[in-house]
Amino acid sequence: MFLLWQRLRKNPLAVAGGVMVLLLFLVALFAPVLAPYEPDYIDRYHILEPPSREHLLGTDDIGRDVLSRMLYGARVSLAVGFVAVAIATVVGIAVGSLAGYYGGLIDRLLMRFVDIMLSIPSLFLILSVIAFVGASIWNIMVVIGLTSWMGVARLVRAEFLSLKQREFVLAARALGASDLRIILRHMLPNALAPVIVNAVLMVASAVLVESSLSFLGLGVQPPQPSWGNILTAGKANIEIAWWLSLFPGLAILITVLSYNLLGEGLRDALDPRLWQSR
Amino acid sequence: MLKYLLNRSIEFLITLLGIITLSFFIIHLAPGKPTDLLSELNPKITPEARKKLEQYYGLDKPLHVQYLLWLKRLARLDFGESFSSDRRPVIVKIRERLPITVGINLLSILIIFLIGIPIGVSSATRQYSTYDKVTTVVVFIGYAMPGFWLALLLMLLFGVHLNWLPISGIKSMNYDNLSVAGKVLDVGKHLLMPVFVAAFGSLAGISRYMRSSMLEVIRQDYITAARARGLPESVVIYRHALRNALLPVITLLGLSVPGLIGGSVIFEQIFSIPGMGQLFWLSVMQRDYPVIMGLLTIGGVLTLIGNMLADFCYALADPRIRRQ
Repeated sequence: MFLLWQRLRKNPLAVAGGVMVLLLFLVALFAPVLAPYEPDYIDRYHILEPPSREHLLGTDDIGRDVLSRMLYGARVSLAVGFVAVAIATVVGIAVGSLAGYYGGLIDRLLMRFVDIMLSIPSLFLILSVIAFVGASIWNIMVVIGLTSWMGVARLVRAEFLSLKQREFVLAARALGASDLRIILRHMLPNALAPVIVNAVLMVASAVLVESSLSFLGLGVQPPQPSWGNILTAGKANIEIAWWLSLFPGLAILITVLSYNLLGEGLRDALDPRLWQSR
Repeated sequence: MLKYLLNRSIEFLITLLGIITLSFFIIHLAPGKPTDLLSELNPKITPEARKKLEQYYGLDKPLHVQYLLWLKRLARLDFGESFSSDRRPVIVKIRERLPITVGINLLSILIIFLIGIPIGVSSATRQYSTYDKVTTVVVFIGYAMPGFWLALLLMLLFGVHLNWLPISGIKSMNYDNLSVAGKVLDVGKHLLMPVFVAAFGSLAGISRYMRSSMLEVIRQDYITAARARGLPESVVIYRHALRNALLPVITLLGLSVPGLIGGSVIFEQIFSIPGMGQLFWLSVMQRDYPVIMGLLTIGGVLTLIGNMLADFCYALADPRIRRQ
């Protein structure tokens, strides 16, 4: 852990990404303290006002403070990112370790299923399910999670295939450990590093998908603020209110960029082949 | 090569069956009968439409019979009738919108090729130069850029402030009165921003991948050998290295097809383009299940076709597969 931190520290971009991610957490946590107004407070006399001293990022089409809404929107982004990725990671680990550990027919069937899931445009799949279960923040989290575990499954399977032949696994089996115990206690911990890197990168794409869905009106439903649905108002008022389009998008960009930088930095730090060169 | 393609085709058929099966189960995954959901969520639905849906999916029959019926219908490309007020067959609705979406996606793949690959190659041959560093940063930012936000910014700049480009639709009101050249120009102007936005997401990924693939190839012995023979650098790079470096990128391009097709929902909605993506959005909004299921299946098929073409190009480019 200490070694990891030492290697990560030498990569300024990864550190910057990490700091930004931390800041986002704090912002989301302290949104009620930081927000100058109530996110749902409607001020009919200040509609679509450009950024000013009272409203640092302007107001939206029904007079709500954009900065306050964006601070609360950070909560949605983080929640969706983490819950969706947690679901995807758990499902992916389950499928990947079953396929990798048992091999044979189970492996072939599961990997075929992964191929099928990968060959349907994921946005189509997500929208179809949303059409049946309805759009809400909870449904979005679950649906994004259940449509993005395939990469994790492939990753874990590949790790398991090589781990399966290692002495310590064979030893555990010779000692009579159960399959479940071998998978959970002996193999999984050794396969976790790439899964963690992948999870960080997946948060970035989950944030992107959530904001796209909310922008289309099929994600987080107003009045609950999300960066995506603030942008919907931005599009409707694009000819008069540039601030409604600019700031929420910038927030998404910075968030996604931070997770990507942190993820790539972690990957380099965990990759033994790159240790010597640094 | 024939054997290779045949093997791949069989795999594709299995995957296709899988897609169809999956979309069948999505209908049945909905809590209760899809018809219950229908009347509950869409009070405007008529009993007649409800009955039609029950009949279409044969909801009173056992599951395996329903599944076989579903397969039989799909084999005839029969997706039923749309629930929306026009009541037209789903396949007709999709067919009139398909060319627009496929056309835009083909154009954006072309752009990805024409811009992404040269960027990747040129920054790889100039590794660690200022140019390389700048493109790497730009690509990283581009990778994190939400496509719909880019579309909004472009609309704001070119549509609203500069007023150079139209911000919605694919042709102007006076389209029918224009000359042939005028028509081409008109559609071109309308498509410029959507195609760019559609290409943008994969553009960053492909050029980054192209760079690392090229860097790997340049270090190989046969490149040193080609240089040692005194071949000009441009021949070494473009004749010897590029060809090998392109192989993994072709696969990646094939893999980016589902993203492109899915992305069409977003950019078609933003730019009001009457394509498949917009139809999907409308159908989800109106809970028009037959259209949704039809589009889901067609989307899967398009992805498969894209992957198949990528495989075919791969086989053409790689002699090891060609001679198998």
